[in-house]
Amino acid sequence: MRDIDAPVITLRDVSKFFGDFQALKSVNLNVAQGERVVICGPSGSGKSTLIRCINRLEAHESGQITVNGMALTDDPASHEQIRGAVGMVFQQFNLFPHLTVLQNLTLGPRRVLGLTQAEADERALTYLERVRIPDQADKFPRQLSGGQQQRVAIARSLCMESKILLFDEPTSALDPEMISEVLDVMTELAASGMTMIVVTHEMGFARKVADTIVFMDQGEIIEVGTPDQVFTAPKSQRFATFLKKILQH
Amino acid sequence: MKRFIIFASLLLLAGCSANWGWYVVDPTTPKGLINLKFMLSGMYYTILLSVTAISISVVVGLLVALPGLSEKKGWRRFNRAYVEIVRAVPILVLILWVYYGLPAMSGITLNVFWAGVLALALSDSAFQAEIFRAGIQSIARGQYEAAKSVSLNYRDTMRFVILPQAIRRILPALGNQLVYMLKMSSLVSVIGMQELTRKANELSVSEYRPLEIYTVLVLEYLVLILVVSAFVRRLERKMQAAEA
Repeated sequence: MRDIDAPVITLRDVSKFFGDFQALKSVNLNVAQGERVVICGPSGSGKSTLIRCINRLEAHESGQITVNGMALTDDPASHEQIRGAVGMVFQQFNLFPHLTVLQNLTLGPRRVLGLTQAEADERALTYLERVRIPDQADKFPRQLSGGQQQRVAIARSLCMESKILLFDEPTSALDPEMISEVLDVMTELAASGMTMIVVTHEMGFARKVADTIVFMDQGEIIEVGTPDQVFTAPKSQRFATFLKKILQH
Repeated sequence: MKRFIIFASLLLLAGCSANWGWYVVDPTTPKGLINLKFMLSGMYYTILLSVTAISISVVVGLLVALPGLSEKKGWRRFNRAYVEIVRAVPILVLILWVYYGLPAMSGITLNVFWAGVLALALSDSAFQAEIFRAGIQSIARGQYEAAKSVSLNYRDTMRFVILPQAIRRILPALGNQLVYMLKMSSLVSVIGMQELTRKANELSVSEYRPLEIYTVLVLEYLVLILVVSAFVRRLERKMQAAEA
């Protein structure tokens, strides 16, 4: 963890309810500029909810979330501001199926950032090259493999040139042989200094790339540490049990 | 198509019996040709009326559907009230009310054409609103979330992400409504719109051969609607092909 840098994302006592069910219980988290955070935990532990609160896909009920010094409030203007600074990659890719790959990538830059078609196209092609699919620009999402679709989704986020990227189980919907092509792209991104929060079960990726591992269970952050710390000597019993279960195979 | 041909030939066979008098619409005789042309001249207004009305009702339907999807209760209530009230009025009654009632009530006098368009569009808009609502609701939540993740505002999300997908899905239903509209336009004949049905009515009054004339009328609608259906199906295929 890079404690010296001012945090770009701060969560203070963030709680979130779905009806009577408390998905997040007073969560506190700081993420520094350029930090790579991997969040893991059993399903239903609130890890997806946590990152979905950061770009306001879910509204938190109490506590404060600050991104780049901007507080996330009920004011829609703050949502738009923060979404401009934070990109997101989804488990189900969520590409726009009626648009070509290129159109998927240029929609945001043209409509939100005000780029011309030519500028947006140029930017899109740059990022498509970066995710290693420059030759698929004119295809529709359904013509691509899952791994390719997820890389397009990553490129779509990159086109907005946000400094922070959230990944919500980016490889969970992929066939096993496609997981590595997506993780490779993410590893490269991590090396480029992007601030990343990744919800994943890929512990190999976590070990290699993460600065910080966050373990969540039942809506709480149970443990935070560097990969070296947590993989060799997890402090809590729950984390130890979890690690044992997912590292077994 | 096969069924249509069988149906048409049966009618022609039946026409050979002594009870029929096809001469009224026999295009080989000068009189019959004039009568046939007179009947077909109603096609223009049937199509113009239906297309104008459906163009308006699609726009109104969409504008009524959007509040129905709002998170705010008041907006949803407006949507419900509009749909329930408009859907409850029979089209014929609405046509009569717009043509005879509206001028007396508001001083706005519409000619036959616009009264017909207004009544048809109003009546259809409630159904269009329901079709749009269902179509928009069928789009996965992930699409909204993806649009939010690239900071698109509500307008752009609807315009570039949700509606293009929803419209593809509801195209068959919109085609149905167009067919329905073409048929319902016949009701506007009661206020004197010179469309297919009105022409047939007028001709049968002067020629005293309602059986033959109304049979031709049936065939006119049948051909018109089969052509429209084929066109809509082609459009659907084209839109699907564009995506594949």
